[in-house]
Amino acid sequence: MKKITVVHYINQFFGQLGGEEKADIQPLIKDGPVGIGAQLEKVSEGRYSIVKTIICGDNYAAENLEEAGLKVLDWVKEVSPDLFIAGPAFGAGRYGTSCGMLCKLIQKELGIPVITAMHPVNPGVDLAKKDIYIIEAGDSARDMRSVIPKMVHFADKLLNHEPIGLPEEEGYLPRGIRINVREEKRGSRRAVDMLLKKVRGESFVTELPMPVFDHVPPAPPVKDLSTALIAIGTEGGVVPEGNPDHIEAHNASKWCKYFIGDLDNLQTVKYEVAHGGYDPVAANDDPNRVLPLDAARACEKEGAFRELYGYYPVTVGNVTAVNSAERYGREIGEMLIEAGVEGIILTST
Amino acid sequence: MDMFTLRRIKLSDVAFGKQTCIKKGVLFINKDEMIQNLLDDNHLKNVDIQLARPGESKRIIPVKDVIEPRVKLEEGVDTFPGIFSDADYVSGKGTTIVLEGVGVVTSGKIINFQEGLIDMSGPGSEYSVFSSNLNVVLVIDPVDGLGKHEHERAVRIAGFKAAHYLGMAGKTASFDQEVRYPVNEIPELVTRYPDLPKIVYVCQVIAQGLLHDNYIYGLNAQGCLPMLVYPTELMDGAVLSGNCAAPCHKHTTYHHQNNPIIEDLLSEHGKTLNLMGVIIAPVRTALHEKERIGNQVLKLAEMVGAEGAIVSEDGGGNPEADLMILTRLFEKNGIKTVLVTDEYAGSDGASPGLADVTPEADAVVTNGNGNHKVVLPPMSETIGHLECVDIITGGHTGSLKPDGSIEMEIAGVMGSTNELGMENLKTVAI
Repeated sequence: MKKITVVHYINQFFGQLGGEEKADIQPLIKDGPVGIGAQLEKVSEGRYSIVKTIICGDNYAAENLEEAGLKVLDWVKEVSPDLFIAGPAFGAGRYGTSCGMLCKLIQKELGIPVITAMHPVNPGVDLAKKDIYIIEAGDSARDMRSVIPKMVHFADKLLNHEPIGLPEEEGYLPRGIRINVREEKRGSRRAVDMLLKKVRGESFVTELPMPVFDHVPPAPPVKDLSTALIAIGTEGGVVPEGNPDHIEAHNASKWCKYFIGDLDNLQTVKYEVAHGGYDPVAANDDPNRVLPLDAARACEKEGAFRELYGYYPVTVGNVTAVNSAERYGREIGEMLIEAGVEGIILTST
Repeated sequence: MDMFTLRRIKLSDVAFGKQTCIKKGVLFINKDEMIQNLLDDNHLKNVDIQLARPGESKRIIPVKDVIEPRVKLEEGVDTFPGIFSDADYVSGKGTTIVLEGVGVVTSGKIINFQEGLIDMSGPGSEYSVFSSNLNVVLVIDPVDGLGKHEHERAVRIAGFKAAHYLGMAGKTASFDQEVRYPVNEIPELVTRYPDLPKIVYVCQVIAQGLLHDNYIYGLNAQGCLPMLVYPTELMDGAVLSGNCAAPCHKHTTYHHQNNPIIEDLLSEHGKTLNLMGVIIAPVRTALHEKERIGNQVLKLAEMVGAEGAIVSEDGGGNPEADLMILTRLFEKNGIKTVLVTDEYAGSDGASPGLADVTPEADAVVTNGNGNHKVVLPPMSETIGHLECVDIITGGHTGSLKPDGSIEMEIAGVMGSTNELGMENLKTVAI
């Protein structure tokens, strides 16, 4: 039977080159397994053949992440193995970071299965968990004996394209991705059961741990409005007639900007509402109600600020995924800063 | 102690006939009579009635509301209080006749964005209780030039009228089952079950204006403060939907009539818990209104001595602020709280699924991620307007494929992530 070819990545310590004093070693490649590589082959009952082992110093990898990545990628591409294994890195932060980064890169560029293992608090976990599977490991090499079989078992599943079960069944760290599943009991019954446990002081498990939100500190005030370029923008979905860029009514996939430099107000019919989360009747009657161009022009004439920016950014803020909203906010901010805008009036619906 | 009885008639089929009546489990409908009855409303130009049965290759779109036919056995009182009759009585007592397995479905282009889809077979039918109903679909065209608000009202009333009309056929039919529920007054509950934990259920109802409205005894909930009701009042239509929010998680009138949290709490009532009452909590948009309502809900819960509470969300996004305000108030005052919600975690499931959070919300039941994408195969027949799928919530330009299949988020499937826990969908983190 043809063996499964593997490239294995380890740090200088597991590569038997030395401890912290050798942490600056640049990546090097050796034939065959080194150290725990032999254990991986043994646990696979000889099905895996570690054809190359890549060793890199922790400091070098941490300080030259991109360079080290490209070097390792080149080597792996040349070998063209069936599987890439990194670590296990346990609780070692620099090691975990390079394992996570390399697995991500190789999976993306070469499309082959990758696997690594770490302790849940290893910084490499947050870096890579959304993109790859990371087997849960203890914080030190004492856990080696139990984690190696889990890695091999999971890698086999990836190689065979078998369905992947839940984190607790398979032993990988939760990736923070929420998928829909069917439960035996309907939601109302689960709520009654959870309440009974909570009221009795028994332990219960919430189905939705509260996410932690970023807090955006407010920008400092505009120093001198009379010289400032000011913009208006909205998540209220006011778009030119016919919604030319097809901004979705819900969970919008984009934001757009439109020219208003030659307008004193938003004319009815020429502008309309693409937002699915509110009754558009009043805003369709008069789009200035959601994007107050008429009032902004009046302020501009009065000299409340120097000039109104010639474009307005717009999206639909209706059950939009927070990750998308964050991205639109960042991109709109960058666009405004580049244009020299000092302040924006954002209307919300 | 009063009792409330649901007299259930189980229907196995629906068909048009000479006379509207029930024979051997089949609901026959005199189509012309029913249409004439609905056309009494001079806001409506055309009404058609079409039937959709479970398993048929039919797709209904765009759907506004679903209503179960129910009428009172007694004279002088009515279901849907405040709609056909003055609300000069209290609902949730006596006997109510239910045409089980039948759904009146109202459809037509109102806001488009906020109406949904029901598939009678295929993968789309796995997402909603409505796919297993015998649906009597009202396809309604308003008179020319009718405003959106009047249009919504006319369609809403037509749904209740149709459900009432069909329900009347149950008055003379034989029934399959009678389910009896106690209607307890507070002192009785306290003395009868002194050792059981006192529980309240808080049911959010959106009252945001802009067509996101529900009606309590016929009154727009916008003008209401929270109200303490008997659990059985909702079974008689004390709360009615006029809600044009996202299809997956707006409570239809059918959901309110068949509220599963009330059913499941009543099944434990007197055994493991003491259900002290249901609090209907309007959801308004402004923070000061949310705080006013939250504190009034707390007051009602404390007045009945609540030790625990289930709070269900209606809609998504903005009402999550109300959920979290109430959770903080309840937990701070010793009322242990469980929330029932759904999520918009993005198509990849990687975004935080709620618009507001609080650390006190440590017990949450979720009914799924509305952003989950599905492909629904073509159906032989569409009732309504298939092209609307490109603009309804959950759809996008290009959702409708040339072969008639649809690629969309389940947000557009009526009731798919129902936040009363009617379905068995949930999310897990992987």
